[in-house]
Amino acid sequence: MPENATATLAAYEPIAGKSVVDELRQLAGRLAGKRILMVNSTRKGGGVAEILIRMVPLLAELGLEVRWEVVEGSEPYYKVTKKFHNALHGAAELFTQEMFDLFLEVGRANAKRIPLEADFVFIHDPQPLPLVEMRKRHPSSRWVWRCHIDVSRPNQAVWRFLQPFILQFDAAIYSTPAFAQPLKMRQVLIPPSIDPLSDKNRDLPQEEIDAVMRRLEIPRDRPIVTQVSRFDRLKDPVGVIEAFKRVRRSVKCRLVLAGGPATDDPEAEEVLGLVREQAKGNPEIHLLMLPPDSNIEINALQRASAVVVQKSLREGFGLTVSEALWKGRPVVASAVGGIPLQVKHHHSGLLVHSVEGAAYAIRQLLGNPAYAQRLGENGREHVRENFLLTRHLVDYLLTCLTTQYADETIFLDGS
Amino acid sequence: MGEQASAVTGTPAAAVPKPFQFRTALVLQESTGLRASTLVTLAKLLRKVPDSCVYYHTHHFVLEHHYLTPEPTNDFAYWVGEIFGDETLGELLASVDIMEYTALQGLREVLAGTIERYIKEHPATRIKFAPSGREFFFIKSVHVIMPTPYTVSTLAEFAQALEQVSLHSLYFHIFDARLRLGRPTNDFSLWLTEQLGLKALGESVAGLNPYAHTLQTLRTILLSLIREAAAHA
Repeated sequence: MPENATATLAAYEPIAGKSVVDELRQLAGRLAGKRILMVNSTRKGGGVAEILIRMVPLLAELGLEVRWEVVEGSEPYYKVTKKFHNALHGAAELFTQEMFDLFLEVGRANAKRIPLEADFVFIHDPQPLPLVEMRKRHPSSRWVWRCHIDVSRPNQAVWRFLQPFILQFDAAIYSTPAFAQPLKMRQVLIPPSIDPLSDKNRDLPQEEIDAVMRRLEIPRDRPIVTQVSRFDRLKDPVGVIEAFKRVRRSVKCRLVLAGGPATDDPEAEEVLGLVREQAKGNPEIHLLMLPPDSNIEINALQRASAVVVQKSLREGFGLTVSEALWKGRPVVASAVGGIPLQVKHHHSGLLVHSVEGAAYAIRQLLGNPAYAQRLGENGREHVRENFLLTRHLVDYLLTCLTTQYADETIFLDGS
Repeated sequence: MGEQASAVTGTPAAAVPKPFQFRTALVLQESTGLRASTLVTLAKLLRKVPDSCVYYHTHHFVLEHHYLTPEPTNDFAYWVGEIFGDETLGELLASVDIMEYTALQGLREVLAGTIERYIKEHPATRIKFAPSGREFFFIKSVHVIMPTPYTVSTLAEFAQALEQVSLHSLYFHIFDARLRLGRPTNDFSLWLTEQLGLKALGESVAGLNPYAHTLQTLRTILLSLIREAAAHA
């Protein structure tokens, strides 16, 4: 269990604002006693489980009867769902009829096993989609498909297979409009969120930051530029090194590339090899291979950085950007995926499109600490308003409530 | 108060002032599925999307970036200037003063008209496209409006509640009331004038340009106007 799974709503008041938490409680009051069922594919690991672990107890505290169920399957089933996941992201994958049959067979077995009685059923991602076939047994339930992945350019074979299930839902939720597919149903937009009380994001005393930096053997003699990302071609670590080398011609600084290996990426070793090659013999470039639960280390690294970079070539939502902004760090990030929602260019960070652009932006921020600080402060406020767990909870409750109305303006007076 | 004329303005107050119920609006975003990668499509879609869509793209930055002064421009101006890469048109769209419009139809007309005129004057812009994935996505908003625990009957109570309510509540009464709900001015001004008979204060509140301030600053300005009026009462 994560360290803060039992954090109560009151703990979020000083962070998100009392009035925000009060409104959350008030909104939940409109749904008191309603049954919410969350279904996803795993209880541990991955962003969805990470959010549900924290969200489910808070929904219960808000007076909802909330249950979290997980689909179960065999190893071959998980291989198929992994291929589905990649294909929905647009990867070229080959599928056989047996794979589709297995997906359906396991999905239907789970539909029989999982009690589906609820007022609102949230199905997360594609794995539990076949459960919706059972919705006719629960006619008063509202069903929502929460799609966490970018399905803007899906493999058509998989999309055509899944679409008949998706169309049985009352609404779909996407993280950004760019990730959506045109569908004849309500399409709600709910970005993901960070938990300000988690080890990855909570305030750290300076001594703890210093201790982590000593342990990681990163000297503090000059400003640190950091990118936290797995060593994946799409995160462009080589591009970050190139940008750093350009900056280093005129500004003394260090670069930290911190992340784990991309275990499911066949190119991972090759990318890591390229990165090592590029960094070779340069004592100012620090490559850190961190284990998956290095939350405090990442927190400290981001807080100790003068600039945080996210120079991805393609990105999902890119929540590492919000993590850095929440720590008041100035951010230089590529304008891809969900990043432009998190960074308003020149207001809460700098958006870039190339190695040269990244180098220029990093130089600007290192050369003008007051400007960098202002961007960082704005970024923190932007995250406070838009990307904290409390806002995510509000959006889920609003989704439940609004499935019962057709209007665009809903007055809840007197009910 | 009752039938008495206000000492400040001479405007009669309501016989029994109707209490002011502070409400709050929580906003859920929805995709319309419509997107534009060219100026021609942007103008065309702008003319046909629902009012809630026009409202969203000219107002959501107020809440999302309420900590910034000056606040970023409306979404159309931002997209055209920063993403589509036409600074001149971006500037023209940013210069549209939302305060001049009391209905969304007028605002829609001026925004779409500005883009259409610009295309006519600069035909080369017809063949320019926004980068893939950075098109203009039309979003609409669903507003859920709830009462807050604050119901007030006097100016003093009003000021006290104004200090406490959320920024969402402030946003609802100032921005939503006027353009989304089609009221002649913001809710505060209406109540102060019609129920408390404080015409001068009501006019001052109506005359504020809320787009020029952060929500927190707006709250501070409103409170100082009220305190000033109370001191003269």
